[in-house]
Amino acid sequence: MSEFAFLYRGPGPSGSPEQMQKVMQKWVAWFKDLREKGHLKDIGHPLERAGRVVKGAGKAVHDGPFAEAKDVVGGFTLITAKDLEQAVQLSKGCPILEREGSVEVRPLQKIDM
Amino acid sequence: MVATLTRIFGVHNLALVEDVVQDAFCRALEVWKFRGVPDNPSAWLMATAKNRALDVLRRQRTVRTFAPELGQLLESEWTLAPVVEEFFAPGAIRDDLLRMMFSCCHPQLGEQARVALILNILCGFSVDEVANAFVSSHAATAKRITRAKKILAGSKRLFDIEVPADFSARLPAVLRALYLLFNEGYHGASPQSAIRAELCHEAMRLVSILLEYRAAATPASHGLMALMCLNSARLAGRSDSAGNLLSLGDQDRSLWDRQLIAKGVKFLELSATGSEISEYHIEAAIAAIHANAASIKETDWHSIVGLYDLLMAQNPSPIIALNRAIAVAQSESAERGLEEIAAIADWKRLAEYPFFFAAQGELELSRGSLSAAKQHFCTALALARSPIERRYYEQRLAACD
Repeated sequence: MSEFAFLYRGPGPSGSPEQMQKVMQKWVAWFKDLREKGHLKDIGHPLERAGRVVKGAGKAVHDGPFAEAKDVVGGFTLITAKDLEQAVQLSKGCPILEREGSVEVRPLQKIDM
Repeated sequence: MVATLTRIFGVHNLALVEDVVQDAFCRALEVWKFRGVPDNPSAWLMATAKNRALDVLRRQRTVRTFAPELGQLLESEWTLAPVVEEFFAPGAIRDDLLRMMFSCCHPQLGEQARVALILNILCGFSVDEVANAFVSSHAATAKRITRAKKILAGSKRLFDIEVPADFSARLPAVLRALYLLFNEGYHGASPQSAIRAELCHEAMRLVSILLEYRAAATPASHGLMALMCLNSARLAGRSDSAGNLLSLGDQDRSLWDRQLIAKGVKFLELSATGSEISEYHIEAAIAAIHANAASIKETDWHSIVGLYDLLMAQNPSPIIALNRAIAVAQSESAERGLEEIAAIADWKRLAEYPFFFAAQGELELSRGSLSAAKQHFCTALALARSPIERRYYEQRLAACD
């Protein structure tokens, strides 16, 4: 088994309260499914959409990230899966895809010592 | 939540208040995606809104003025948090809600605009839901609400509930809004469920808060409370275990809440003082006849027709005329009911209302005109506003075979 990070990118919540509630319920159901199948290593956290970016040797601090809303990482989750293939397959159930968002699937680098 | 925040930010910052509430809601949902919905979501939302309010106050207190009467208390970090905390205490929220409801009844606004405003900003109705409640269009309602919000934002401070004269001038719109809130729960058009008991309970809670204020405890308020008790007593019987609506004849009357009926009757007695007979009195009286009848056959339809006549005299509407026609059908005959329906003057306003056709379907069915009945149920089915309504009309359509 290997570990993967899912990075969620997409626009923030929008729509009527009912619609937003439906989206939320889809997420809850999706996570529940991952957990029951033993793929959920760490459910992770949603991230505030703005913070600071610290850059370069000069340690310059900027407000940010000033990416387009759909490119901001909105949260992350750690997943266990057989291989990248399976992790990608799992990510396809993510509700963010229905709302023009994306899931970035990245294997965690690990070196066995 | 809007009420509490408005008290802190001032009425002129209504738009900001709505942003904060919206933001709190979005945040809550983001976190709940990951953590699941907590046991008491509303307390959680309140806490989130409170924190957002503190953020906004800290960031903007130099550029904006907030509630003038709080002035300096919000300026110092020493007093800011405790003051905000105090406003979020349960007792304060109650008073703010009341104050806000009366604030929405700005003298420059007509009654419909007042009611629309209360429903939209305090009862969480979407523009469409407000439009439905008024049998009006989305565009006209949206315009009315925007205009009303502007006027409200122009007012200096929140309404002072201690001023008796103004209080009674504003009371009717508040009662009307609560009545519509209750009705939306009782037979609204929500796609998820035909009955939303929580809206009914919220409306009743607000009326009981009102009744604690002597100036608000008028016969009309008591009449409204009586109406709500008597109708909500029958909530449990209105749908089956799958959430499907049941017609009055199919309801299990033993499920009706006797205690609540008794409470309703008590409020109806309390309301019988003074010379004023409001619509709420009359509707409560109708509900009381239904609630106390052992079956449809044993219902005093004759008196119900008389009460609908009174309602029509006070405030004629095609919906009341339709209900009256149904009562006539029960008290006399299906033919007579159909005649009365055909005689409804402005029936065109009901052309989108599925129940208008369903009622005719029922009457045609009961006098044995199956094909006419079918036609009406088909029209009703095409107009159905939720899957539950659809299922109900399909069932009625099947009964015609």
